[in-house]
Amino acid sequence: MTDITARVTMPTSARKGEIIEIKVLARHTMDRAVDAPGLKPSPRRIIHSFRASYAGEEIFRMALSSGIASNPFISFTTVATETGVIAFEWLEDGGAVYSRAATLVVT
Amino acid sequence: MRAGAALLACCWAVTALAGDVRAPRAFLSPELRTLQDDPARHPGWLWVEQGEALWRAAPPDSGKQACAGCHGDITGMSGVAARYPAVAADGALLNLELRIERCRTEQQGASAYGYESEALLSLTAAIAARSRGQPVNVRVDGPAAAKLADGRLLYSLRQGQLNLSCQQCHEENVGKRLRGDVISHGLGTGYPAYRLEWNGVGSLHRRLRACSLGVRAVQAPFGSPDYLALELFLADKARGLAVEAPGIRR
Repeated sequence: MTDITARVTMPTSARKGEIIEIKVLARHTMDRAVDAPGLKPSPRRIIHSFRASYAGEEIFRMALSSGIASNPFISFTTVATETGVIAFEWLEDGGAVYSRAATLVVT
Repeated sequence: MRAGAALLACCWAVTALAGDVRAPRAFLSPELRTLQDDPARHPGWLWVEQGEALWRAAPPDSGKQACAGCHGDITGMSGVAARYPAVAADGALLNLELRIERCRTEQQGASAYGYESEALLSLTAAIAARSRGQPVNVRVDGPAAAKLADGRLLYSLRQGQLNLSCQQCHEENVGKRLRGDVISHGLGTGYPAYRLEWNGVGSLHRRLRACSLGVRAVQAPFGSPDYLALELFLADKARGLAVEAPGIRR
């Protein structure tokens, strides 16, 4: 688990039952595979999946393609149920996993 | 009532003046303008955050202080970017990037980051972001007057195989379309900017090099006196307009 340059924008606290929006921006080059005459072939290296879990339970998952530009931005909503950690994971080609976490206080 | 009318007339006059040179953001699509205003979505803020980390980090091996050691918190840099480029005590015209480089080599005893390096772009973006929304106000008197004249000359000089000057596009054809984009007044208030074409943050000099290439002229190196003078001229042209850095550009 390594760190990634990312910005997570979400409220730090919410009322129980409230719908909150979570915005996640990560720095990644999203290199698509290169293989053409005259070019040095290089494998695809993109963030192929993104996952978010809330208090241990998965709440959001997304498959990303090589058609998505660098520095992918993802926004989704969830319902505030209990105080807990929202964990984010970016899965990169080659097996690297980057993670970040933020705490949501529910009142 | 009369005072109100006078005030209204005054406002109109100001709008008319500002209307001569429109801010770069006025040329963005509504979507890009929204993106530029939203730090949660704007990828340029990734660089700003990195720059803020560099601001607090002492340079390795030199035993000298971090930027924050002398200058304090980066919030103290508010308004600085609006005053650059500026002429230093030794008479050299420095933009924000070169000012940082000089501070790094002379005060911190560290090796220069190198123009257009990720570290320098990040630090410049972080400092420039502190002046966001503040009016550009560069000094063009005293030693800067000659530099401004150089910049003005370069701006109106026909260059390259296409034999075009900056002014032919950015004065005489503003608002018309060129290669799928709208020609702006060519101001640098949004730089360092996140350019979609680059998939990253780049300096104004990188943008100017792209313009030089566009008219098939010789590209000056990063930080060259020509581009510095041009940068000063553009900043003077943008006087009173808000700093937009880090901007979003196409």
